[in-house]
Amino acid sequence: MSKLVEIKGISKTFGETTALADINLAIEEGQFFALVGPSGSGKTTLLHILGGFTEPTSGQVLIAGRRVTHLPAAKRPTASMFQDYALFPHMSVRANVCFGLVMRKVPKDERLARAKAALDMVGLSGMSERRTHQLSGGQQQRVALARALVVEPKVLLLDEPLGALDLNLRRQMQEELIHIQKQMGTTFVHVTHDQEEAMSIADVIAVMNQGRIEDVGPPERVYLKPRTRFTATFMGASNMFEGRVTGRSGGQIQVETAFGRLAVPGEAEMEATVHLSIRPEQIAAGEVNLVGRLTLGKLRVQKVSFFGTYHRCQGRHLNSDLPMTIRLPQNESAQIGEELTISVARDDIVLLTR
Amino acid sequence: MIRNHILAMLKYAPAAAYVGLVYVFIFLPVVVLVLFSFQDASLPIPPFQGPSLRWYKAIFNDFRIMDALGNSLLVGVVSAALSCLLGFLAAYGLARYRIRAAGMVQWLLVAPLSVSYLIIGMGLLITFKTMGIPKSLFAVIIGHVVINLPLAFAIIYSQMGEHQANIERAARDLGAAEWQVLLLVSLPLLWPALMASFFLSFTLSWDEFIIALLVSRFDVTLPVEIWSLLRSGLNPKTNAVGSVVFIVSIVFLAVMEVVVFGRRRSK
Repeated sequence: MSKLVEIKGISKTFGETTALADINLAIEEGQFFALVGPSGSGKTTLLHILGGFTEPTSGQVLIAGRRVTHLPAAKRPTASMFQDYALFPHMSVRANVCFGLVMRKVPKDERLARAKAALDMVGLSGMSERRTHQLSGGQQQRVALARALVVEPKVLLLDEPLGALDLNLRRQMQEELIHIQKQMGTTFVHVTHDQEEAMSIADVIAVMNQGRIEDVGPPERVYLKPRTRFTATFMGASNMFEGRVTGRSGGQIQVETAFGRLAVPGEAEMEATVHLSIRPEQIAAGEVNLVGRLTLGKLRVQKVSFFGTYHRCQGRHLNSDLPMTIRLPQNESAQIGEELTISVARDDIVLLTR
Repeated sequence: MIRNHILAMLKYAPAAAYVGLVYVFIFLPVVVLVLFSFQDASLPIPPFQGPSLRWYKAIFNDFRIMDALGNSLLVGVVSAALSCLLGFLAAYGLARYRIRAAGMVQWLLVAPLSVSYLIIGMGLLITFKTMGIPKSLFAVIIGHVVINLPLAFAIIYSQMGEHQANIERAARDLGAAEWQVLLLVSLPLLWPALMASFFLSFTLSWDEFIIALLVSRFDVTLPVEIWSLLRSGLNPKTNAVGSVVFIVSIVFLAVMEVVVFGRRRSK
């Protein structure tokens, strides 16, 4: 695989506010890439810079080795799928899909054949004569997808396209996006604020916060071994504890925490303040005596909620009074006031120095 | 069943009577005007005699009234077209580009809506005099653009929001050049708003009197002509001209209804 999109030192300021600060990213050909972050993190601005709708204040964008930083959207090998679909309301579904081909002066026969293939692919075969307002939200979505893909872009940019759909339709569209992406092999860059969506559809995730990239990597790595505190808390629930480094030896450090002294894998300066993150589902309740597990003491349960696939227990750690959240299996619950012995696998503790 | 029905009707009777009275208040003068335009006598006062078309014949044979009618049509069409063109350009600029003090510019554009026609007319009169522009139909056209441009701008601007901006972005993204975006996307989307502002501007220009009176001299528009007719006393001829003015306004409203709102309904 080769680097298809290269973002080099991109910054963008709007007046006094910095929307993007020195972004560097490489997206490989055929990748399903997700930009995820809270609103205002700069992910949409970055997508607009890729699409040619916004010019960066500084930095370069390369697509397939070519500098496109100052090229208008019309001349870029990208196509976009917009949040509000932005279909042409005065045209039929077919005319919508054909628009990009007409602009590229594709002959009529070929145009119609390609439009038909694109509509077949998104499952709208019989709808080509309809007006866009006669379609449901999900169908409009598919037209937008067909309209963007029919011009065979090198990169498809998706700006929170699933935001307006209800949960079931959203899951279904996620499946279809993955399917279509694998089938066509087009590089997708997908912006979303939904971490689960990002993890379930993307090959690589970039987590953004306040105009910076916090973390880039495959979903498993980003979720299980986040590089920053922001990533740990943004990509799912997390128990975060402060600690002080009191010793280091052979790839391990000793951290003094409210639970006592913990030895965790990683590197840090002596006496530095670090954070430890543990996912709620990685904490087990009950007397477990397995090699490599650390006992964290006792948790007094204060609140139990049922989420279908698991129980969420919120409570406080007995010695330190720190708030903690753990997950209990579907068939195990806890009583309020109950004290649970909790433990965690040593390798699941994530050391965060940033 | 039937009793309930009657009771329900009684419940709405006061409301219906009220609505009826309001309509009588609004439309009775128009009805009287149109009715006595068919009067077969020399005064438009009861009792009604007729019907007769003699006063219509009289106005169609009166070259001054026919000239005024032609002038009114000319002023209406030209000033409405100019208002739409300028309103569109202003709206496009303000909606699509970052402009310094955009709020101020926008406020200044719609501000004339709140100034009385008399003040605008007097202002124009003085300005034209200092600039050496003679009283003429041309001056009337300028005056009507002054009052209709804010309206056309407001209507068109309201239709150019972020959603339409995104649709234009999509067209650009798919490879459309700026002129193609304008021709194939922006204008078709704005068509109803453009038509609405054109017809509204025309209707307002069609029966505008004060500005037309102040800035015209030899060639006058229909309302000014009617005013000079009225000065020589009541005459069924004035009723006939008034009816023609009214009918043209109604026809324009009907066309607007079909062209602008008919399209929207069919969607």
